[in-house]
Amino acid sequence: MEKIQKKSHSFRIGNYINYIVITIALISFIILDNAGFLGRSDLNLLSRIGYSIVLAVSLNLVVGFLGELSLGHAGFMCVGAYIGCYFANSFHEIIGNQIITFVISLILGGLVSAVFGFIIGLPALRLKGDYLAIVTLAFGEIVRNLFKNLPYFGKAMGMQTDAIALERDTMYISSFIIILVVLFLIQNLIKSKHGRAITAIRDNEIAAKAMGINITYYKLFVFTFAAFFAGVAGVMYGHQISPITQETFSYNYSIEILVMVVLGGMGSITGSIVAATVITYINFVLQNELSGELAALKLLIYAIILIIVVIFNNAPKLKPIKEKCNIKYLFARIFNHHKKPEKINDDAAEWNRIESKINMDAILSMEIDVKSNTAFTPDKSEKGDK
Amino acid sequence: MNINILLDGLSLGAIYALIALGYTMVYGIAKMLNFAHGDIIMVGAYAILTTITMYSNPIVALAIAVIVCMLMGILIEKIAYKPLRGASPLAVLITAIGVSYFLQGIAQLIFGAESKPIELPNMGNFKLLGASIRVSSIITLVIGAIIMAALSVFIKTTRTGRAMLAVSEDKAAAQIMGVNVNRIIMITFAIGSALAAFASLFYLMSIPSVTPTLGAMPGIKAFTAAVIGGIGSIPGAMVGGILLGVVENICKSIPFLSNYTTAIEFSLLIIILLVRPIGLLGKKRREKV
Repeated sequence: MEKIQKKSHSFRIGNYINYIVITIALISFIILDNAGFLGRSDLNLLSRIGYSIVLAVSLNLVVGFLGELSLGHAGFMCVGAYIGCYFANSFHEIIGNQIITFVISLILGGLVSAVFGFIIGLPALRLKGDYLAIVTLAFGEIVRNLFKNLPYFGKAMGMQTDAIALERDTMYISSFIIILVVLFLIQNLIKSKHGRAITAIRDNEIAAKAMGINITYYKLFVFTFAAFFAGVAGVMYGHQISPITQETFSYNYSIEILVMVVLGGMGSITGSIVAATVITYINFVLQNELSGELAALKLLIYAIILIIVVIFNNAPKLKPIKEKCNIKYLFARIFNHHKKPEKINDDAAEWNRIESKINMDAILSMEIDVKSNTAFTPDKSEKGDK
Repeated sequence: MNINILLDGLSLGAIYALIALGYTMVYGIAKMLNFAHGDIIMVGAYAILTTITMYSNPIVALAIAVIVCMLMGILIEKIAYKPLRGASPLAVLITAIGVSYFLQGIAQLIFGAESKPIELPNMGNFKLLGASIRVSSIITLVIGAIIMAALSVFIKTTRTGRAMLAVSEDKAAAQIMGVNVNRIIMITFAIGSALAAFASLFYLMSIPSVTPTLGAMPGIKAFTAAVIGGIGSIPGAMVGGILLGVVENICKSIPFLSNYTTAIEFSLLIIILLVRPIGLLGKKRREKV
């Protein structure tokens, strides 16, 4: 007992690695920026990575921890972007201070988005898997359609946000600070009682219910919570890109966020951060390098990377090769020779993966010679013993 | 109500139903959401565009498109989905999205990003009960109905069709009974893609221009139709498709609702799923611990 307590109270760098890395990254970027190494496009990229990380981490909460497939994350982002920036547009002259307006609009955009998250969480209580996926997708398209046609938000032309746009350096620094806050909230949520209940629902909903976990409450909670952060990311987006157009938030964007979550590893916050950074970077580079005629190549390269990575990571036949290339495994081999890498056997997951391996051809081609009865006569040595 | 609106709605519904059948059959048999199915329509549209500029015969174009789409469907299944059999459904979903991007990228590279007009022979109109009716709507409706009836007969009576039903019911048990599951999945993809080729011709008859992203919206709408009808159910896909097509056309004809057509269609989906979480004709499955 003492041992366990000691372990949980001791400082483990693994728990804080995300904060440390992001803080170091922020400080080094500030130094580089002041030294004049970072151009305009680099700063834009940093801000873009900022809201991508917020989106990926919050979607991971729904997909990775709650285990529900959501294809409408861009819809929540859309709500946040339009509402938050509409507020900022109308009140920035009254409030005066740019940063305070930004913070208020972040919270407001997040809250309105959270309300939508609550509403879309309601069908989630009744629907499962792919049905829920299509409902969230439908939600995203409905929101887009409404913002396109409602008279307050600039209709098809999009909403101008030049007046409230932040300076590039303010933007990326505040993006990184927002990431730290979001990480703090989400990582602590996962470690709390709520987090354990959420993962219990993912692993087995009926069993979780039997253990007295209030499924309704926790599902709505996660949807609302994740929608809040998607809304925040939307406001961040709106403060650096003008005009905001609804085409950006199509289901393709939701899928891009989902790709970040899946490639980063479902249920891994660090994975989401890394994947969001890498994918945003790849997109950014491809977009800048390949313009005009070559824009098609961007889509093609992105698609090929996606297919190869997913097949390599998930194909049952490639599993032995993948395990050899596993970074954790390599580290384990280098640092502790005596310890084998821990392998978690998830019974539920294994059960789903079992394939029937009965080879019908082999059974049908098996010849049983009935006349000579060799197949059924007992072994002769046994007879002799008798 | 104007009879034309209803007829156009029905023919649009037939297009959605043909695409939705592809979604629902693949879902029923391979248990995966084939997000690339919408882009098969785009492939079919480009095949029709290319052949019609050479031969200017829609029947030849349709035949070529069917062959191209079937080959494409089989190829995609073999290269992208087969290695992932037995992997998590999400991984397959992401691969399907990758395939969708891949097809769009290839089309953009070969044919360019701009939309290309296509000239299909004009069928003209005819008068019925005082309304002038487009012949192309009637053709879409009739051929669509024939294809769907043929598909139903094929699935109920032939050996392959029943094997498909068996695989969708229980893959492992079907395999034990001697069904070659890999072959059935291949055939399913081929049939679904062939239906998509028909859908692309009908789609071009109402909107005669081709772009690399042509398949995205009809794909999503048809997917919605499949879910409304109960995904995995073949009659469900037909009912869902027709319902969605009619609703879409009625909304478009009412001036103050026309801008909100997409929102209304998707709201219809959400409402139907809230009342009946398995879709109109879906089968209920009891869940066990």
